[in-house]
Amino acid sequence: MDRREFALTVISPAAFTAVLFLLWELVCKVFAVPLTILPAPSDVFAALWQYRAPIVDNAWVTLWTTVAGFLIATVFGLALGIAIGWHRAIYAGIYPVLVGFNSIPKVAVVPVLILWFGIGEVPAVLTAFLISFFPIAVNVATGLATTEPELEDVLRALGASKLDIMKKVGIPRSLPYFFGSLKVAITLAFVGAVVSETVGANKGLGKLMLDAQASFQVPIVFAGLLVLAVLGILLYAATAIIETRFTGWAFRGGANR
Amino acid sequence: MAVGSTALSALVKLDRVSMAYGRGATAVRAIEEVSLEIAHGEFIAVVGPSGCGKSSLMKLISGLHPPLAGALTVEGRPVRGPVKSVGMAFQNSNLLPWRSALDNVLLPLEIVRPYRDEFRSNRKQYAQKAEELLGSVGLAGFAKKFPWELSGGMQQRASICRALIHEPEILMLDEPFGALDAFTREELWCTLRDLQAARKVTVMLVTHDLREAVFLADTVYVMSNRPGRIVKRCAVDIARPRDLDVTYTQPFQDIVHELRALIGGRH
Ligand SMILES: Nc1ncnc2c1ncn2[C@@H]1O[C@H](COP(=O)(O)OP(=O)(O)O)[C@@H](O)[C@H]1O
Ligand SMILES: [Mg+2]
Repeated sequence: MDRREFALTVISPAAFTAVLFLLWELVCKVFAVPLTILPAPSDVFAALWQYRAPIVDNAWVTLWTTVAGFLIATVFGLALGIAIGWHRAIYAGIYPVLVGFNSIPKVAVVPVLILWFGIGEVPAVLTAFLISFFPIAVNVATGLATTEPELEDVLRALGASKLDIMKKVGIPRSLPYFFGSLKVAITLAFVGAVVSETVGANKGLGKLMLDAQASFQVPIVFAGLLVLAVLGILLYAATAIIETRFTGWAFRGGANR
Repeated sequence: MAVGSTALSALVKLDRVSMAYGRGATAVRAIEEVSLEIAHGEFIAVVGPSGCGKSSLMKLISGLHPPLAGALTVEGRPVRGPVKSVGMAFQNSNLLPWRSALDNVLLPLEIVRPYRDEFRSNRKQYAQKAEELLGSVGLAGFAKKFPWELSGGMQQRASICRALIHEPEILMLDEPFGALDAFTREELWCTLRDLQAARKVTVMLVTHDLREAVFLADTVYVMSNRPGRIVKRCAVDIARPRDLDVTYTQPFQDIVHELRALIGGRH
């Protein structure tokens, strides 16, 4: 990373964030906003430090439920995407059902999951999974569908089976779509886990914030939000790094028809 | 005349073959009662207006699409599915961007029997063969390059190598030089001419460039508008080896003009 790039990718966002916090602090102090409406960043950071033990404890639960749900979604989404992209009949059969399922707000499913699995981490993992497999499946299927018909002809003329074409062309071709969808999926999984925790759980950041809100400890609520934001960025960055590592050719070869 | 096609046996034989896309009332007739013969080692070109069924004819002969009527044989056997003794290349090089030029050329060997079964153990030997082939089209030293590091003409050369690596009987080229600039195109004509002369492979070239067809082919077939019929078979009586200069001679121009008149359209 040269200096210019460093300034652009590290210094610039850090400076922008600092300015944002300063403005926020300033607004709270100048207008004397009550702590129960909008705590200033200094109050939030103080709460963050004071309650660091329960926050870390709960953040850990949110993190692992998110990642667990996301991993299940990755495996399932990949398999489903390949199935959908494999054959027009499978596509025609599954796709409408999938769209219908995806349009159900997942908050509405959480009570059912709690009914089945009880209060605990399982509903959070499942909600994270249910909300995040869809973009993976759709992206993989799209990637498979973009195989050039002419290339397929070249391979079919050589006696290639459907499986050969998938292995040699379809799946490698859909990998950039797959890895690209992971960024979206991890964000969704995170949302799913937290939503599930706010509906009913005994642990997790969502639950912590819900309890804090009930007892008017607003700085803790905001501290929770802050941790959520940081975790969200970290999860996103992790998948983005995986993406560029595995599909460098798609970025460099972007100009290649 | 360099090639006496009557002396050679027919590799491909079409006897009043028709073909359509779809079935019933909505079927699109692409080819109507086409009869032609391609001899072993012959270089034929098929020309005709856009949409007349040239690509369909290729699909038909390679066994990718079944005929509706008529008899189609390759090496004396009726075609009932993909004919493995075919190598294909198109206007778009269709190289896989995640593979180097070498690995792209090796792709058919990972698929065609018997090569695929021995691919792992013979990889070194295959790679050497691919490198030699790349060298023969002027891509020596580019084997490790990825497609985006190659110019359009180079990609097309690599694509032709991919079509030839498994030593097919017939090389089928569908407007392979259509997207290239005039100079690169003429360079590739010469590359293809030399490849064919050296390997004695049978070539079916689909093009809408009449000069290209006459320069490269032993026989040029002219197709009519859809549904495609063959309206003219024209043997090109120009001695081989042909130099690019031949394209400026009167006999060459005469043939081009004659073909041009047959295709019609705007003048
Ligand atoms: N897969 C297909 N389904 C239906 N019609 C097709 C298909 N491919 C080609 N056609 C039709 O068949 C005709 C011949 O097409 P094609 O062989 O591609 O022509 P050319 O290669 O000479 O331009 C065209 O009218 C085209 O619209
Ligand atoms: Mg065509």
